Amino acid sequence: MSRVRDFWNSNRRNPNAIAYAIFIIGAIFYPSIVQFLNGGNGDYLVGFAADGGIYILMAIGLNVVVGFAGLLDLGYAAFFAIGSYTYATVASYHLGVTPIGHALHLPFWIALLIGMFVAAAAGALLGAPTLRLRGDYLAIVTLGFGEIVPIVFRNGEVWTGGVPGISGLDVPSLPGWFVGPWIGQDFGWVPDFRFNTGNLTAYYVLMCFLIAITVVLVHNLYNSRLGRAWMAVREDETAAAASGVNTVTVKLLAFSIGAATSGFAGAFYGAKLSYVSSENFGFVVSVTVLAMVVLGGMGNIPGAMLGAAVLYFILFRLLPDAPAQLQSLASALGLDFLNKADPNGWPGIGEVVSRLKYVIFGLILVGIMLLRPQGLLPSQVRKQELKHAEHEALTAPRQLQG
Amino acid sequence: MAPILRVEGVSKRFGGLVAVDNVSFEVNEGEVFALIGPNGAGKTTLFNCVTGFYTPTLGTVTFQGRDITGFPPHRTAKAGIARTFQNIRLFDYMTAVDNVRLGHHVRMRSRLWDSLFKTPFERREEREITEHSMELLDLVGLKRHADSYARNLAYGQQRRLEIARALATDPKLLLLDEPAAGFTPQEKVELMQLVQVILARGITVFLIEHDMRVVMQASKRIVVLDHGEKIAEGTPAEVRANQRVIEAYLGKSA
Repeated sequence: MSRVRDFWNSNRRNPNAIAYAIFIIGAIFYPSIVQFLNGGNGDYLVGFAADGGIYILMAIGLNVVVGFAGLLDLGYAAFFAIGSYTYATVASYHLGVTPIGHALHLPFWIALLIGMFVAAAAGALLGAPTLRLRGDYLAIVTLGFGEIVPIVFRNGEVWTGGVPGISGLDVPSLPGWFVGPWIGQDFGWVPDFRFNTGNLTAYYVLMCFLIAITVVLVHNLYNSRLGRAWMAVREDETAAAASGVNTVTVKLLAFSIGAATSGFAGAFYGAKLSYVSSENFGFVVSVTVLAMVVLGGMGNIPGAMLGAAVLYFILFRLLPDAPAQLQSLASALGLDFLNKADPNGWPGIGEVVSRLKYVIFGLILVGIMLLRPQGLLPSQVRKQELKHAEHEALTAPRQLQG
Repeated sequence: MAPILRVEGVSKRFGGLVAVDNVSFEVNEGEVFALIGPNGAGKTTLFNCVTGFYTPTLGTVTFQGRDITGFPPHRTAKAGIARTFQNIRLFDYMTAVDNVRLGHHVRMRSRLWDSLFKTPFERREEREITEHSMELLDLVGLKRHADSYARNLAYGQQRRLEIARALATDPKLLLLDEPAAGFTPQEKVELMQLVQVILARGITVFLIEHDMRVVMQASKRIVVLDHGEKIAEGTPAEVRANQRVIEAYLGKSA
């Protein structure tokens, strides 16, 4: 009892502990709440959240690279693509149509791990020659890598399915799964469970489970010898090297671990969609994930998760729904003329909003960064850095204008 | 006493500039050895050649009988050479104790696997290095400031924290680059006491210093560099009497 109280007292003022607690409680009650609010038809919202989990996973991984080790990676989606395509290769009919002529159907979990390791190896391979570069130069190389990988997959002809990509991937499976009234059945145990679109709650639960494992592992790394070395390399590479840190290895590990997380997410994504195509891994994905990390709070795991959740919601729910919402708002307010399209000018409010979707998105990002430059849930370090930067800007002698 | 560090014919050129020119000397185990010279004499360049930040253009560096010429910095650290920097290089946004804990990095044996799964071995090792870090902070008089960010410490505290971080690598040889720069006379006395404590722990000290009083009191032997060349070597008294040293510092009399 006293241990529980100690734990409570030492964490109740810790914003990260509170954030984790809210995440856990929110994740547990989310499905029942959306089902209740939608009268039992909230399945699509559960699936929506499960898809968002992919972005949360990627944000956690990119946070290792950008937030912990301070390496700007603009081609992060490439590892996501590599994870997806690896999964597609080892767990579908695809290899049967290649010159190998023999399809491979590895069990889901093994295929997932292979996707992860191949992505990690790709990260190490890219990192080995390029991690001697610093700052902007590294960003440019990773940007190039991020552009090249989808193009390679698009032009891989029979090996990667070319432009249409690969379909008919094996869906996730588990040795067994609980069913119950929440999907309209009696309590029971389904052996050799295969995930399908009729049971999105299962996807959701699996996603939460994967995120939880990832968070625990990354959190452990952050509070270890390696996590300290990442921080040191970010702060001062020379001093880190003088203190005995092999800076190249440490940066390579950050890169590979980030890539592994992305590859893992990619493999899961492929499995869930049962389909991969090079169209899904463009620069936009890399930048979106980076924005999630920066906006959520660089260097802080719950921050990156929150950033991912918030941006995912804005991008895939708020903005697509905005035209319809505004149209009904306009008619409810008696401003029907706003909805009327004029062939020569005003296209109607819904159309305007859907055309300006990304402008609105940009404005939201700018707004959040103005209100909270340190991110929604910043790390202690980031808070300090900004405070000092502000302080220095105020106390430094003003430069004379020419 | 056996030499712990032997520098033989080391030269370092940057393009046409000869920063260090054919310098040789030996540092004996258990002594305080000083490197002095006017500004731009090549002292820090020589330090960088010893610690692996530069590869000497010519010559060899031997540490404990092992050729370490061209080793990268983390390998010289592993071999047992620690250093501080002329312009303090701490991890500003890490706490004092984390700075020192990082210094243990090279002696830690936890692998990636241990870190990922927080194995009992990793937990024990973390606990041990935390305790040891507190001891080192106590040694340099910073125990009270263990949880302060390095950048929030006072200047003299930062210099001492850097020494604590260097000691955490468990060195046999400690290179101090102008450790007393910007110190008050009182702080200099304290620093010299700290150097004696470090010596008593069996660590050889090799320092660059500008303050002649500090150098003359603390060190047993001195090497003098000027324009990259070694112009004198000997005990403080010998060096003080050396005509070339006087000329280098005060200019040639007409």
